[in-house]
Amino acid sequence: MKNMLEHTGIEPGRLHFSWISSAESTKFVDVVTKITDEVKALDPANKKYVKTEPKVD
Amino acid sequence: MTEYTDKIKEIAKRVLTEGKVEMVIGFREGSVPMMNQPHYATSAESVDELVWDCNCGLNLANYITDKKGNIGIIAKGCDSRNIVTHVIENKIKRDQLYIIGVPCTGMIDHQKINAMFDQEILTVEESGDKITITGNGFSKTMSKQELLTENCAVCTHRNPIEYDELAGDLVEEQKDVDPYASVTKVESMSADEKWNYFEDLLSPCIRCYACRNACPLCYCPTCFVDESRPQWVGKSQDPTDVRTFHLLRAYHCAGRCTDCGACERVCPMGIKIREFTKKLNKDCLELYGWEAGLSLDERPPLDTFKTDDPDEFIK
Repeated sequence: MKNMLEHTGIEPGRLHFSWISSAESTKFVDVVTKITDEVKALDPANKKYVKTEPKVD
Repeated sequence: MTEYTDKIKEIAKRVLTEGKVEMVIGFREGSVPMMNQPHYATSAESVDELVWDCNCGLNLANYITDKKGNIGIIAKGCDSRNIVTHVIENKIKRDQLYIIGVPCTGMIDHQKINAMFDQEILTVEESGDKITITGNGFSKTMSKQELLTENCAVCTHRNPIEYDELAGDLVEEQKDVDPYASVTKVESMSADEKWNYFEDLLSPCIRCYACRNACPLCYCPTCFVDESRPQWVGKSQDPTDVRTFHLLRAYHCAGRCTDCGACERVCPMGIKIREFTKKLNKDCLELYGWEAGLSLDERPPLDTFKTDDPDEFIK
């Protein structure tokens, strides 16, 4: 899935997968912090998969 | 190709009169050139309508889903692989089927040929490896190899995988072709270039769902695009919705697609839809060493778990 989305132009770093048990609270915090940091570092103007107003010619 | 047609008719008549099958699914001539249509032959008279030539690009496995009774089906390489997929997905039993295998030398691209001429094409005839296209006041003979659909040009499974009887001698498989050349090209682009490439690719899409209807893999009673509770994907022409549809359609074919090209063949806008499924086929081959429809005894990769499945993407 990651391969395919990145193949069609989603930037690497937007999509993350992790396996966290309900008992692994510290791992959860670590993973979420890492993900938010990585995503924040990407260009915020690069809005893909966001619906916009229809273009009128 | 007439020898194939004669042999197919002979076999079809025999299995029908012997009572082995209730009908034989094949092709008959369409109402316009290059558009052969699926045909259910149930009697000796309707068997005579069966034809076989280079315009049989649709996938007949699409017509056996959940069928009852015994069925004869004419299968080229890709159809037979889709029949295998149907059998392992329990959409039909192998012993219900009498498969008439047709070794295939490729189907021609009607969209490409139509685009070559300004005037209407009236007949397209195949003899050996030459195709003669005629219309009002023009006639042109070309080599078949040049006119093949893109998937046929890079096909490496021309002979049927599973069959009860063959309608002709097995043909030599193509070597030295790279089925994934266009995928490799896209892989070398940057993220933005990739995004724009697919944006351009999908911009003509009118959401007619012909690709889904022609696909033998798309047999869900209610397709996700038709559901309204919940509505999985917007029904508009918005590029986001169009892309979501195409991505999800492709994912549903992951590890199952045989690259038969039916989706591209029926697309009224000429979109290269196989760009999506081909990437997944390539991944399946690289990650799991899997090509769909080659064996009745193996389960597909997305249906099984192995401890050595690739998992680098999970952190």
